[in-house]
Amino acid sequence: MYTAILVLTAMAVAIGLLLAVASQYLKSPPDETAEAIEQVLPGTNCGQCGLPGCSVGARAAADGEIPVDFCPPGGRAVAEEIARITGRPMAPASDDGIRRVARVTREDLCTGCLKCIKACPTDAVIGAPKQIHGVLPEACSGCEACIEVCATGAIEMVPEPITLANWRWPRPMEENDRAA
Amino acid sequence: MLLSKPRLIRGGVRTETHKQPTAACPLEPLHPPGPLYVSLSQHIGAPALPAVRPGDTVAKGQRLGTPEQGLSAAVHAPTSGRVAAITRHPAPHPSGLAVTTVVLEPDGEERWADERPEPLTEEAERLEPATISHRAAEAGIVGMGGAAFPAAVKLNSPRPVDTLILNGGECEPYLTCDDRLMRERAAGIVDGGRLMARALGARRTAIGVEDNKPEAIHALRQAAASLGGAEVVPVPSLWPQGSEKHLIYTLTGREVPAGALAADIGVVAHNVGTAYAVHRAVRQGRPLISRPVTIGGGAVATPTNLEAPLGTPFRTLLHQAGGLRETPARVLAGGPMMGPIVPLEAALAKGTNGVIALTRSEIREAEGRPCIRCGRCVDACPMGLMPFEIANRAAAGDIDGAAASGLMDCLTCGSCAYVCPSARPLVQLFHYARGQRAERAAAKERTELQRRMAEQRAERQRREQERKKAAAAARRRQRAAHAQGGAEQAQGGAEAEPQDTGAEGSPPDAAPSGEETVS
Repeated sequence: MYTAILVLTAMAVAIGLLLAVASQYLKSPPDETAEAIEQVLPGTNCGQCGLPGCSVGARAAADGEIPVDFCPPGGRAVAEEIARITGRPMAPASDDGIRRVARVTREDLCTGCLKCIKACPTDAVIGAPKQIHGVLPEACSGCEACIEVCATGAIEMVPEPITLANWRWPRPMEENDRAA
Repeated sequence: MLLSKPRLIRGGVRTETHKQPTAACPLEPLHPPGPLYVSLSQHIGAPALPAVRPGDTVAKGQRLGTPEQGLSAAVHAPTSGRVAAITRHPAPHPSGLAVTTVVLEPDGEERWADERPEPLTEEAERLEPATISHRAAEAGIVGMGGAAFPAAVKLNSPRPVDTLILNGGECEPYLTCDDRLMRERAAGIVDGGRLMARALGARRTAIGVEDNKPEAIHALRQAAASLGGAEVVPVPSLWPQGSEKHLIYTLTGREVPAGALAADIGVVAHNVGTAYAVHRAVRQGRPLISRPVTIGGGAVATPTNLEAPLGTPFRTLLHQAGGLRETPARVLAGGPMMGPIVPLEAALAKGTNGVIALTRSEIREAEGRPCIRCGRCVDACPMGLMPFEIANRAAAGDIDGAAASGLMDCLTCGSCAYVCPSARPLVQLFHYARGQRAERAAAKERTELQRRMAEQRAERQRREQERKKAAAAARRRQRAAHAQGGAEQAQGGAEAEPQDTGAEGSPPDAAPSGEETVS
């Protein structure tokens, strides 16, 4: 019996050492690019890019499988950061640049069921049971998770409301622009 | 140290002043019969919070808006009357966006509030510095030269300040309301300057006035001679001499470093109108509820100067100046060099020093022809920048490049656009680039916020999960104990196990319940 114990212990120690050494020398190099990209992503795992979560998206972007502007809630700012990190060029903006946020547009339809509050990855929906809910526009990532779960269609995506704080001067027109 | 001889600034432009039509018009008090639209965001910073409700009867000088936390300013009722509504009304802002506004229907009685701050008549040197800045905050005073920065914040400078500068430059064409104020109420301005100097601990006070206003200089010198405490210095008439940085340089020889504040070099500058408002707040306990304003421009029948209650719609102000002679090509809040184009519905705010209705012949439609590299904008720039370079980068969407070329040092004074032979919309391009820069910063901040909220939510869900697990475990133990107890009783055992399950583990209700609440 002692022989068996000794043999098995020796085997365990030997294999353990082997594995420890192997993990030290054979481990896959950490993907620094992917980590850097994950840092600039919103981290809400909203799934709007079609991939399961931000870290998967970051890896795909680092490998060049998806364009730098793959993250819809991140918008142009995040796309520019990713372009800087990966060194890949920015594609011309495909959308109108207007951020869209969820909003309880049909307050008469909202039953106060709390479903949207539970679904929101950033806690942007506020409210209490059987009270009309509201959405904080600055916290809304635009993932539409709340719209999917809303049973009455009370929530819609709307352009972010313009206030004195987020209004920006438009680009002035010049003769060159008109010719183009 | 103040220089004996004012220094000339670099660049700048000599504009046609257009001040003759109104320079001889005294400040006329105005009591408009119609409703006043008193905005709750007339200042830089957070809007004030409404302190009244629709239907309330308010007295003159009563608080309509309480300052929000942080940078903000109080708003008071310009006259007595009834609050007809609290609604959204266009602001005198380039966006023309509607902001929260108290609509006040005057009752014509001009009845003052019973509880007003005591008028303080002591010498400025006998008053506590904190009392003066507190009064300025209480009265809702903001910079009246146009910037509308809360004055009390500037009077509470954490850095040592040795020099106070009162800005009587008024270098914008058409505007003469500061000129009139200096001529008519010089003593109040000098006293206000002494109070401000006391609040700041400044040893010297200099009032800089452009040399095209000899009457104002004379009146201020007389007042300063009898009250003491201020030196009146004529400065060259040149745009943008009234810029804070340039007036400081002219009067002290000190330059405000890029990205720094005037207080960093021991100087604080205030508009003469702000000094007068501080004088009134301390000496009369009067909040900021009216201001001098020039109604001018070629489209106005009889240009004039008014002391109008805040919230008077521009349409009413223009009507008071004889109405419009012709349809104006554009109406500006402030002067033609920097004033934004505003809708006629917008109302007088604390920072509005003029309402200028310009005819087609007085404006230049910006055709924006290509840059010919003549370099005139470089000669004209008072900040020593290369405006064409910043504009080219901004137009190409290279916001970082524009910032590297000095975008953030630009005053947006418009000297470059004034001299540009191609009539390029230079200042608009600078504004656009700054907006894009601000937008990027805001987007980054928003992403940060959302990331933080998502992490906090995940953390909360993890805790909830653990609590549920613990609760389930506790329930299992309880059931097990029950079953055991039942079995022993069935066996007829005399010594039953003590029922200690309640003390074991934490029952679900004992967990902190604060996390249950919906954010």
